Amino acid sequence: MKRNVKFVQGNEACVEGALYAGLDFFAGYPITPSTEIAEHLSERLPIKGGKFIQMEDEIASMCAIIGASLTGKKVMTATSGPGFSLKQEALGYAIMAEIPCVIVNVQRGGPSTGNPTHVSQGDVNQARWGSHGDYAIVVMTASTIQDVFEVTIRAFNIAETYRTPVILLFDEIIGHMREKLILPEPGEIPLVERMRTSVKSGVDYHPYLPREDGRLPMSDFGGKHRYNVTGLFHDMWGFPSTKPEIVHGLLRHLNDKIINYAESICMYKEFELEDAEIIFISYGASARTVLHTVKNRRKAGEKVGFIELQTLWPFPYNIIRRKCANARHVIVVEMNMGQLTRTVKNAVEDHRKVFLMNRIDGLLITVSDIRNILRMLQGKGV
Amino acid sequence: MERCRIVFSGSGGQGVITASIILAHAAVIFDNLEAVQSQSYGPEARGGATRSDVIISESQIYFPKVIQPNILISLTQEAYNKFAPIIRPGGILISDRRFVTTGRYVDAVQKSFPMFETVMADIGNPIVFNICMLGVLIELTKIVREESVIKTLENNIPKKFIDINKKALFLGIDLAKE
Repeated sequence: MKRNVKFVQGNEACVEGALYAGLDFFAGYPITPSTEIAEHLSERLPIKGGKFIQMEDEIASMCAIIGASLTGKKVMTATSGPGFSLKQEALGYAIMAEIPCVIVNVQRGGPSTGNPTHVSQGDVNQARWGSHGDYAIVVMTASTIQDVFEVTIRAFNIAETYRTPVILLFDEIIGHMREKLILPEPGEIPLVERMRTSVKSGVDYHPYLPREDGRLPMSDFGGKHRYNVTGLFHDMWGFPSTKPEIVHGLLRHLNDKIINYAESICMYKEFELEDAEIIFISYGASARTVLHTVKNRRKAGEKVGFIELQTLWPFPYNIIRRKCANARHVIVVEMNMGQLTRTVKNAVEDHRKVFLMNRIDGLLITVSDIRNILRMLQGKGV
Repeated sequence: MERCRIVFSGSGGQGVITASIILAHAAVIFDNLEAVQSQSYGPEARGGATRSDVIISESQIYFPKVIQPNILISLTQEAYNKFAPIIRPGGILISDRRFVTTGRYVDAVQKSFPMFETVMADIGNPIVFNICMLGVLIELTKIVREESVIKTLENNIPKKFIDINKKALFLGIDLAKE
């Protein structure tokens, strides 16, 4: 065999991606349906010299990875719904203090402890808006095991490039399903490493003074430089400040550093859009059902197309508006009460052509579910 | 090869999920096919009727679940009663003679084998019951090659258990040949 081919679960593909990206430190509190991520890392990470810590809870896990990241490590934690809720405050801290880190949320049904063993995509909006205050964040997802591997690597790269937490929002089906994974050789996929300051020891280092290109070189905490890190609005030294221009500048920076790069951050796939009269938009496990349907319906001569989103936030407003301009109907397929549908309605010129096609009973949307919606729109009746 | 949709069913602990993973693994790694495997989690997988879905194909597989299996394997009566109604008309239904009494009104080719009894008589250890079933399955359907399953067993099973697993696989193959 030339290539290194594996047959693994989505959660294992996430582990492979994290290790490929150079993960050094994982802290977590195992929870279904994300448990296999902690399980496999507990074995694999120490072998390559990294640290695996099972913390007392999800809050502590989030805090632990923030600390480890500050010391120069590539870090990750993994959780599901209730654990993701617990992480929100520390997540806000990581956003404010600009700490690169990757948080995996393998979604289950909710609210609360919900439906741990079944599929849901109910945390799409929480991933964007879960912590308080105005901020921007990157949220990515995948629908195949190969894509899980690749977006995990990309999540680490984005976290380092923009000094931001990145959320990987998978679902129970993708997490638990087994499929082929082709592992690339080291070096085949480019990695972004920590940008460290060139300021020498003993010389003043300003941890929050952006370079001209907006990037902030870091100094491993506890190393060459002494500096302050806080969740309060802070100046270039990292010390708390309430000066209006400092507060304004920092909040603008936290949002602009993501929103201004939305087009290069956003990843999506498109299928059969050219003359599509009906365009589906979906992501994660439900994207597999849509792709199956679209491929079949095209063979039958129906003008249907599909946009699969791999980056959910920042939302690719311009791309969606452009691609859907000529479609008669836009159908958002998701396993929640229409969390992304609202955003798609905001993106397209005429929100009346956007429909939600969902399923919220813990089962994957089926091909006949989607076909029925298609028949209805085509005036054929179900 | 036509797309093959298989549902493995039985009770928790019989190893039906493990067998399904071995089959799909063999298809992908050694036979250069596409395969997707998924299983039921939760309370029903712990004692009740457990289920694992496998799709094997030459082309890419998108929808990962099986709605109507061409091949259904049921190792308990509860699993048989629950899943026999979903089999694709004309499909193959494999069951164990000791644990399942087959019904007359299922539109499928029903094949019942004394898998458990053969394993107990020739090996004396029920842990390889699932591998015997896998032997029956690959002999009847030829979805994957025998040597691919053997290689998968060799690569994934602790050394001291490889021999009884191989023996169980051959027992299953022989049962299906008869």
